[in-house]
Amino acid sequence: MDMKTTKKKLGLKEKYAHMTRGLGWETSYQPMDKVFPQATFEGIKIHDWDKWEDPFRLTMDAYWKYQAEKERKLYAVLDAFAQNNGHLGITDARYLNAVKLFLSGISPLEYVAHRGFAAAGRNFPGVGPRVACLMQSIDEVRHAQTQIHALSNYNKFYEGFHAGATHQIERVWYLSVPKSFFDDAFSAGPFEWMIAIGFSFEYVLTNLLFVPFMSGAAYNGDMATVTFGFSAQSDEARHMTLGLECIKFMLEQDPDNLPIVQKWIDKWAWRGVRVLTLVAMMMDYMLPKRVMSWKEAWEIYFEQNGGALFNDLAKYGIKVPECLTQCSIDKEHISHQAWCTFYQYAHASAFHTWLPNAEEMDWLSAKYPNTFDKYYRPRYEQWREMADKGERFYNNTLPMLCQVCQIPMVFTEPDDPTKICYRESEYQGEKYHTCSDGCQHIFDDEPEKYIQAWLPVHQIYQGNCFPEGTDPTAEGFDPMLKVLEWYHIQNGKDNLDYEGSGDQANFAAWRGMATQNT
Amino acid sequence: MSTVFIAFQTNEDTRPIIESILADNPHAVLDEQPAMVKINAEGRLVIKRESIEERIGRDFDLQELQVNLITLSGNMDEDDDQLTLAWKN
Repeated sequence: MDMKTTKKKLGLKEKYAHMTRGLGWETSYQPMDKVFPQATFEGIKIHDWDKWEDPFRLTMDAYWKYQAEKERKLYAVLDAFAQNNGHLGITDARYLNAVKLFLSGISPLEYVAHRGFAAAGRNFPGVGPRVACLMQSIDEVRHAQTQIHALSNYNKFYEGFHAGATHQIERVWYLSVPKSFFDDAFSAGPFEWMIAIGFSFEYVLTNLLFVPFMSGAAYNGDMATVTFGFSAQSDEARHMTLGLECIKFMLEQDPDNLPIVQKWIDKWAWRGVRVLTLVAMMMDYMLPKRVMSWKEAWEIYFEQNGGALFNDLAKYGIKVPECLTQCSIDKEHISHQAWCTFYQYAHASAFHTWLPNAEEMDWLSAKYPNTFDKYYRPRYEQWREMADKGERFYNNTLPMLCQVCQIPMVFTEPDDPTKICYRESEYQGEKYHTCSDGCQHIFDDEPEKYIQAWLPVHQIYQGNCFPEGTDPTAEGFDPMLKVLEWYHIQNGKDNLDYEGSGDQANFAAWRGMATQNT
Repeated sequence: MSTVFIAFQTNEDTRPIIESILADNPHAVLDEQPAMVKINAEGRLVIKRESIEERIGRDFDLQELQVNLITLSGNMDEDDDQLTLAWKN
């Protein structure tokens, strides 16, 4: 790849030292603590920033070279996909609904991550983490762009791809879940941001999103998604090492950092787990061909891999996050509870839902022997019966949302899967509700932060989610239709059942045309 | 003992890399999944530049691994000659 040179090049370690440490300086016109005002208020004590080392020892010159190579590979595939009607090669157009959720719920997070790492890079006084944050910031904007480019191909043919990454992320009820996760992290200080995103999200959780789900995309013939997914995850490998390095660095710098770091790990592990509910549902219900169940993915990537990580951190005094007991109960329930919710609210969502067919229900029974037949199959059978009679069930009441994770109150008590779990806290004379002990704990620790949450259901009831100029007293005013208009969800096209949708009809017709000449 | 892993895209670039890793780490276990190859190993996994160069017949910079890398787990250390993943417990 490189030109042969007679002079010996610098070794990796030497080059890294020159291109990071060598680029830093002490400020002279202003004191360092004024230039880096966010470096101390969170209580994290750092004595020697030079102890920070990126294990990949990646420098900017090498970074550009390898990232350019990744982009060339990715765009070659995207061109081929577009040129060869790649969209007709997927297993079943139901699959696209998972991609719509990805585009609207995850791609905008990449963009916020880009901004957040730019800010973290600005706010850390140490040169090592600043360079690493700079690279990660550029990676994240690349992810947002490549995801939007890749999925724009589908926007030419299918409903529901037109507004997710820009308009809907700011408004739609279920998208406030991932959005509020990043808002929470971004409005914290730079060290908490690193634990929230660099450690919990990247190291502990993104494997669940980008590895088994993307492998699933490949299994379902979606060349575009698997390619951007793996291309993004190749950067994540670097982000994970950064997250892990950051946490070890904080713990090694001062023993006083331990309780702060532990609190953030507990908080962000739970926040991340809640956001992953959407991914659980995508894996168990939205991939027509499944690679593994959510529960299996959870066991490999969270329990085994996370377990290894926490064993390793035990030497610093770090304990496994408090939420683990509840997580091991929840892994058998959350994908089903989430899909049941979206099925009931399919009229208010920017993608289609469906009832699992007989073969899919058998797969779910086999993968979830303790829970599926007992709690969820009867529900689907009941809904199937109602739908067959022309009484397809829609829930027309807006649900109460958790003040912290913003997910509707659909999760059940850890010791009773038939009882909805909710917790109540009081702050300044007002009552606030959370979905779990984990979220309540987070609320109680910083109520002044979470009372400011923009909760979609509250906002609808307050009349803030209608198009400008809407008159709720006008005759025939339909609040749901007005909210959908404000969401840019085209009623009857983007929402409701997959069965009978334009996507279903078009996919069948186009695939037919692709194999015949008439 | 905890497991470390590394995963690559399945393609022509990674085939010799995976062969080298398996040859250099007899305890490693191959896990082939759609579009990706994951290598799991108890405790520790080493990727050696020389072994890859022997198979591809040209100079190789270990940082080239990043182009086809999907994910990894474990504490990482990389220099010009090898990349190591390990859990120190």
